[in-house]
Amino acid sequence: MHARTASTSRLPITSDSDLAWVRQHVRQAAAEVGFNLVQQTKLVTATSELARNTLVHGGGGHMEATVLREGVTRGIRLSFIDGGPGIADPELAMTDGYSTGGGLGMGLSGAKRLVAEFTLESRPGQGTTVTVTDWVSGVPSPRTGAP
Amino acid sequence: MTGFSAARPAPVPVLTLGDILLVTLQGDLHDGAAEQLQHDITHRIAAGPGPVGGVVIDVSGVDIVDSFLGRVLAEIAANARLLAARTVLAGLRPAVAITLVELGLTLPGLVTALNVDDALARLGRTPSAAPPSHPEEGA
Repeated sequence: MHARTASTSRLPITSDSDLAWVRQHVRQAAAEVGFNLVQQTKLVTATSELARNTLVHGGGGHMEATVLREGVTRGIRLSFIDGGPGIADPELAMTDGYSTGGGLGMGLSGAKRLVAEFTLESRPGQGTTVTVTDWVSGVPSPRTGAP
Repeated sequence: MTGFSAARPAPVPVLTLGDILLVTLQGDLHDGAAEQLQHDITHRIAAGPGPVGGVVIDVSGVDIVDSFLGRVLAEIAANARLLAARTVLAGLRPAVAITLVELGLTLPGLVTALNVDDALARLGRTPSAAPPSHPEEGA
Protein backbone atom coordinates (compact mmCIF):
# COMPACT_ATOMS: atom_id res chain seq x y z
CA MET A 1 0.00 0.00 0.00
CA HIS A 2 1.58 3.27 -1.05
CA ALA A 3 1.34 6.20 1.35
CA ARG A 4 -0.84 8.90 -0.12
CA THR A 5 -0.88 11.40 2.73
CA ALA A 6 0.69 14.76 1.87
CA SER A 7 1.63 13.43 -1.53
CA THR A 8 -0.03 13.91 -4.88
CA SER A 9 -1.01 11.05 -7.16
CA ARG A 10 -1.20 11.65 -10.88
CA LEU A 11 -3.52 9.46 -12.96
CA PRO A 12 -3.91 9.61 -16.74
CA ILE A 13 -7.35 10.14 -18.29
CA THR A 14 -7.06 8.94 -21.85
CA SER A 15 -9.66 6.18 -22.21
CA ASP A 16 -12.94 4.71 -21.04
CA SER A 17 -11.13 2.36 -18.68
CA ASP A 18 -9.08 5.22 -17.20
CA LEU A 19 -12.39 6.74 -16.04
CA ALA A 20 -13.14 3.58 -14.08
CA TRP A 21 -9.65 3.55 -12.58
CA VAL A 22 -9.85 7.24 -11.59
CA ARG A 23 -13.24 6.65 -9.90
CA GLN A 24 -11.83 3.66 -8.04
CA HIS A 25 -8.79 5.64 -6.89
CA VAL A 26 -10.93 8.50 -5.54
CA ARG A 27 -13.32 6.07 -3.85
CA GLN A 28 -10.44 4.42 -2.03
CA ALA A 29 -8.80 7.71 -1.06
CA ALA A 30 -12.12 9.10 0.21
CA ALA A 31 -12.72 6.00 2.33
CA GLU A 32 -9.20 6.16 3.79
CA VAL A 33 -9.54 9.84 4.66
CA GLY A 34 -12.79 9.06 6.50
CA PHE A 35 -15.57 10.30 4.23
CA ASN A 36 -18.94 8.71 4.98
CA LEU A 37 -20.78 6.73 2.31
CA VAL A 38 -22.87 9.63 1.01
CA GLN A 39 -19.81 11.92 0.85
CA GLN A 40 -17.84 9.20 -0.93
CA THR A 41 -20.65 8.70 -3.43
CA LYS A 42 -20.92 12.43 -4.12
CA LEU A 43 -17.17 12.87 -4.57
CA VAL A 44 -16.84 9.82 -6.84
CA THR A 45 -19.81 10.99 -8.91
CA ALA A 46 -18.30 14.47 -9.27
CA THR A 47 -15.02 12.79 -10.23
CA SER A 48 -16.78 10.80 -12.92
CA GLU A 49 -18.40 13.91 -14.41
CA LEU A 50 -15.17 15.92 -14.42
CA ALA A 51 -12.94 13.11 -15.65
CA ARG A 52 -15.36 12.46 -18.51
CA ASN A 53 -15.24 16.16 -19.42
CA THR A 54 -11.43 15.93 -19.47
CA LEU A 55 -11.67 12.95 -21.81
CA VAL A 56 -14.54 14.01 -24.06
CA HIS A 57 -14.13 17.81 -24.26
CA GLY A 58 -10.45 18.18 -23.39
CA GLY A 59 -9.25 15.33 -25.59
CA GLY A 60 -7.70 13.57 -22.59
CA GLY A 61 -5.49 14.74 -19.76
CA HIS A 62 -4.86 13.72 -16.19
CA MET A 63 -6.10 13.97 -12.61
CA GLU A 64 -4.03 15.01 -9.62
CA ALA A 65 -5.29 13.83 -6.24
CA THR A 66 -3.94 15.29 -2.99
CA VAL A 67 -4.90 14.38 0.55
CA LEU A 68 -5.13 17.53 2.70
CA ARG A 69 -4.81 18.09 6.40
CA GLU A 70 -5.93 21.35 7.99
CA GLY A 71 -5.76 21.15 11.77
CA VAL A 72 -7.85 18.14 12.68
CA THR A 73 -9.78 18.23 9.45
CA ARG A 74 -8.84 16.07 6.51
CA GLY A 75 -9.84 16.51 2.94
CA ILE A 76 -9.13 15.69 -0.67
CA ARG A 77 -8.28 18.00 -3.53
CA LEU A 78 -8.74 16.78 -7.10
CA SER A 79 -7.56 18.61 -10.19
CA PHE A 80 -8.69 17.61 -13.68
CA ILE A 81 -6.27 18.98 -16.23
CA ASP A 82 -6.42 18.92 -20.00
CA GLY A 83 -4.65 20.72 -22.81
CA GLY A 84 -7.70 20.82 -25.02
CA PRO A 85 -9.53 23.66 -26.76
CA GLY A 86 -10.56 25.33 -23.50
CA ILE A 87 -13.96 26.78 -22.65
CA ALA A 88 -14.92 29.97 -24.47
CA ASP A 89 -17.59 31.00 -21.98
CA PRO A 90 -17.10 29.33 -18.56
CA GLU A 91 -20.19 31.00 -17.14
CA LEU A 92 -22.36 29.54 -19.89
CA ALA A 93 -20.66 26.14 -19.50
CA MET A 94 -21.64 26.14 -15.82
CA THR A 95 -25.32 26.54 -16.68
CA ASP A 96 -27.63 23.56 -16.06
CA GLY A 97 -28.61 21.97 -19.33
CA TYR A 98 -25.93 23.66 -21.44
CA SER A 99 -24.03 21.09 -23.50
CA THR A 100 -21.77 21.01 -26.52
CA GLY A 101 -21.03 17.30 -26.25
CA GLY A 102 -24.45 15.75 -26.70
CA GLY A 103 -24.80 15.04 -22.97
CA LEU A 104 -27.37 16.25 -20.51
CA GLY A 105 -25.41 19.39 -19.69
CA MET A 106 -25.33 18.51 -15.99
CA GLY A 107 -21.63 17.62 -15.73
CA LEU A 108 -19.99 20.85 -14.60
CA SER A 109 -22.92 22.46 -12.81
CA GLY A 110 -23.88 19.16 -11.17
CA ALA A 111 -20.33 18.37 -10.06
CA LYS A 112 -20.06 21.80 -8.45
CA ARG A 113 -23.11 21.06 -6.30
CA LEU A 114 -21.57 17.78 -5.08
CA VAL A 115 -18.39 19.26 -3.56
CA ALA A 116 -17.47 21.98 -1.04
CA GLU A 117 -15.11 24.02 -3.24
CA PHE A 118 -14.96 24.28 -7.02
CA THR A 119 -12.76 26.35 -9.31
CA LEU A 120 -12.57 26.37 -13.09
CA GLU A 121 -9.68 27.90 -15.02
CA SER A 122 -9.78 27.88 -18.77
CA ARG A 123 -8.40 29.84 -21.66
CA PRO A 124 -9.39 29.21 -25.25
CA GLY A 125 -6.67 27.17 -26.91
CA GLN A 126 -4.82 26.48 -23.67
CA GLY A 127 -6.86 23.84 -21.95
CA THR A 128 -8.97 23.61 -18.84
CA THR A 129 -8.25 22.86 -15.19
CA VAL A 130 -11.09 22.12 -12.80
CA THR A 131 -10.17 21.78 -9.13
CA VAL A 132 -12.55 20.49 -6.46
CA THR A 133 -11.97 20.13 -2.73
CA ASP A 134 -14.03 18.31 -0.15
CA TRP A 135 -13.57 17.93 3.60
CA VAL A 136 -14.49 15.16 6.01
CA SER A 137 -17.74 15.84 7.91
CA GLY A 138 -17.13 19.57 7.30
CA VAL A 139 -19.60 22.31 6.78
CA PRO A 140 -22.46 21.52 4.42
CA SER A 141 -21.81 22.93 0.97
CA PRO A 142 -23.70 26.14 0.17
CA ARG A 143 -26.69 25.29 -1.98
CA THR A 144 -26.20 28.00 -4.51
CA GLY A 145 -27.99 27.30 -7.73
CA ALA A 146 -29.52 24.04 -6.58
CA PRO A 147 -32.26 22.87 -8.93
CA MET B 1 -15.77 10.86 -28.39
CA THR B 2 -15.15 8.19 -25.79
CA GLY B 3 -12.10 5.98 -26.18
CA PHE B 4 -12.26 2.29 -25.53
CA SER B 5 -9.58 0.13 -24.00
CA ALA B 6 -8.13 -2.66 -26.10
CA ALA B 7 -9.69 -5.28 -23.83
CA ARG B 8 -13.34 -4.27 -23.79
CA PRO B 9 -15.29 -5.09 -20.63
CA ALA B 10 -17.58 -8.13 -20.78
CA PRO B 11 -21.16 -7.29 -21.81
CA VAL B 12 -23.80 -7.18 -19.11
CA PRO B 13 -25.95 -10.38 -19.30
CA VAL B 14 -29.65 -9.95 -20.08
CA LEU B 15 -31.77 -12.69 -18.43
CA THR B 16 -35.27 -13.71 -19.43
CA LEU B 17 -37.96 -14.17 -16.79
CA GLY B 18 -41.17 -15.04 -18.64
CA ASP B 19 -41.78 -11.97 -20.81
CA ILE B 20 -39.56 -9.81 -18.58
CA LEU B 21 -35.94 -8.96 -19.29
CA LEU B 22 -33.90 -8.83 -16.08
CA VAL B 23 -30.59 -6.98 -16.04
CA THR B 24 -28.36 -6.80 -12.97
CA LEU B 25 -25.73 -4.07 -12.95
CA GLN B 26 -22.73 -4.50 -10.66
CA GLY B 27 -19.99 -2.20 -9.41
CA ASP B 28 -18.35 0.14 -11.87
CA LEU B 29 -19.92 0.03 -15.32
CA HIS B 30 -17.73 1.19 -18.20
CA ASP B 31 -19.28 3.65 -20.64
CA GLY B 32 -18.87 1.18 -23.49
CA ALA B 33 -20.63 -1.61 -21.56
CA ALA B 34 -23.53 0.72 -20.73
CA GLU B 35 -23.99 1.68 -24.38
CA GLN B 36 -23.73 -1.97 -25.42
CA LEU B 37 -26.42 -2.85 -22.87
CA GLN B 38 -28.73 -0.16 -24.29
CA HIS B 39 -28.31 -1.69 -27.74
CA ASP B 40 -28.76 -5.27 -26.46
CA ILE B 41 -32.00 -4.54 -24.57
CA THR B 42 -33.53 -2.56 -27.43
CA HIS B 43 -32.61 -5.30 -29.89
CA ARG B 44 -34.04 -8.04 -27.65
CA ILE B 45 -37.36 -6.22 -27.29
CA ALA B 46 -37.66 -5.56 -31.02
CA ALA B 47 -36.26 -8.78 -32.43
CA GLY B 48 -36.86 -11.41 -29.74
CA PRO B 49 -36.69 -14.30 -29.23
CA GLY B 50 -40.13 -14.05 -27.60
CA PRO B 51 -42.28 -11.04 -26.70
CA VAL B 52 -41.04 -8.64 -24.01
CA GLY B 53 -43.57 -6.84 -21.83
CA GLY B 54 -41.18 -5.32 -19.33
CA VAL B 55 -37.58 -4.64 -18.41
CA VAL B 56 -36.27 -4.71 -14.85
CA ILE B 57 -32.86 -3.14 -14.23
CA ASP B 58 -31.44 -4.07 -10.83
CA VAL B 59 -29.01 -1.35 -9.75
CA SER B 60 -28.66 -2.42 -6.09
CA GLY B 61 -25.02 -3.32 -6.77
CA VAL B 62 -24.14 0.00 -8.41
CA ASP B 63 -21.86 2.37 -6.48
CA ILE B 64 -22.51 5.52 -8.48
CA VAL B 65 -24.83 6.77 -11.21
CA ASP B 66 -23.40 9.79 -13.01
CA SER B 67 -25.08 11.82 -15.76
CA PHE B 68 -23.77 9.46 -18.44
CA LEU B 69 -25.22 6.30 -16.87
CA GLY B 70 -28.35 8.24 -15.90
CA ARG B 71 -28.83 9.22 -19.53
CA VAL B 72 -28.30 5.64 -20.71
CA LEU B 73 -30.87 4.33 -18.20
CA ALA B 74 -33.40 6.98 -19.24
CA GLU B 75 -32.83 6.17 -22.90
CA ILE B 76 -33.26 2.42 -22.29
CA ALA B 77 -36.64 3.19 -20.70
CA ALA B 78 -37.60 5.54 -23.55
CA ASN B 79 -36.60 3.00 -26.20
CA ALA B 80 -38.49 0.23 -24.42
CA ARG B 81 -41.60 2.38 -24.10
CA LEU B 82 -41.61 3.08 -27.83
CA LEU B 83 -41.39 -0.68 -28.37
CA ALA B 84 -44.36 -1.33 -26.05
CA ALA B 85 -42.37 -2.52 -23.02
CA ARG B 86 -42.23 -0.94 -19.57
CA THR B 87 -39.00 -0.42 -17.65
CA VAL B 88 -38.55 -0.41 -13.87
CA LEU B 89 -35.31 0.60 -12.15
CA ALA B 90 -34.94 -1.48 -8.99
CA GLY B 91 -32.90 -1.08 -5.82
CA LEU B 92 -31.23 2.31 -6.21
CA ARG B 93 -28.97 2.81 -3.17
CA PRO B 94 -29.91 5.69 -0.83
CA ALA B 95 -26.48 7.37 -1.26
CA VAL B 96 -26.88 7.16 -5.03
CA ALA B 97 -30.40 8.62 -4.88
CA ILE B 98 -29.20 11.51 -2.68
CA THR B 99 -26.33 12.21 -5.08
CA LEU B 100 -28.55 12.10 -8.18
CA VAL B 101 -30.92 14.69 -6.73
CA GLU B 102 -28.05 17.01 -5.83
CA LEU B 103 -26.52 16.47 -9.26
CA GLY B 104 -29.83 17.67 -10.69
CA LEU B 105 -30.67 14.36 -12.33
CA THR B 106 -34.02 13.20 -11.00
CA LEU B 107 -34.82 10.94 -14.00
CA PRO B 108 -38.52 11.87 -14.12
CA GLY B 109 -39.28 9.37 -16.90
CA LEU B 110 -38.06 6.35 -14.97
CA VAL B 111 -40.34 4.11 -12.91
CA THR B 112 -38.52 2.89 -9.79
CA ALA B 113 -38.99 0.10 -7.27
CA LEU B 114 -37.22 -0.70 -4.00
CA ASN B 115 -36.14 -4.18 -5.14
CA VAL B 116 -36.64 -6.73 -7.93
CA ASP B 117 -39.72 -8.33 -6.31
CA ASP B 118 -41.33 -4.90 -6.03
CA ALA B 119 -40.39 -4.18 -9.66
CA LEU B 120 -42.01 -7.39 -10.88
CA ALA B 121 -45.14 -6.56 -8.86
CA ARG B 122 -45.26 -3.12 -10.50
CA LEU B 123 -45.16 -4.87 -13.89
CA GLY B 124 -48.09 -7.04 -12.80
CA ARG B 125 -46.00 -10.19 -12.30
CA THR B 126 -46.00 -12.04 -9.01
CA PRO B 127 -42.42 -13.15 -8.40
CA SER B 128 -43.40 -16.53 -6.94
CA ALA B 129 -45.57 -17.41 -9.95
CA ALA B 130 -42.93 -16.44 -12.50
CA PRO B 131 -41.20 -19.26 -14.34
CA PRO B 132 -37.51 -19.87 -13.58
CA SER B 133 -35.06 -17.63 -15.35
CA HIS B 134 -33.08 -18.72 -18.37
CA PRO B 135 -29.66 -17.13 -18.42
CA GLU B 136 -28.74 -16.09 -21.92
CA GLU B 137 -25.82 -14.25 -23.36
CA GLY B 138 -26.23 -10.57 -24.15
CA ALA B 139 -26.92 -10.33 -27.88
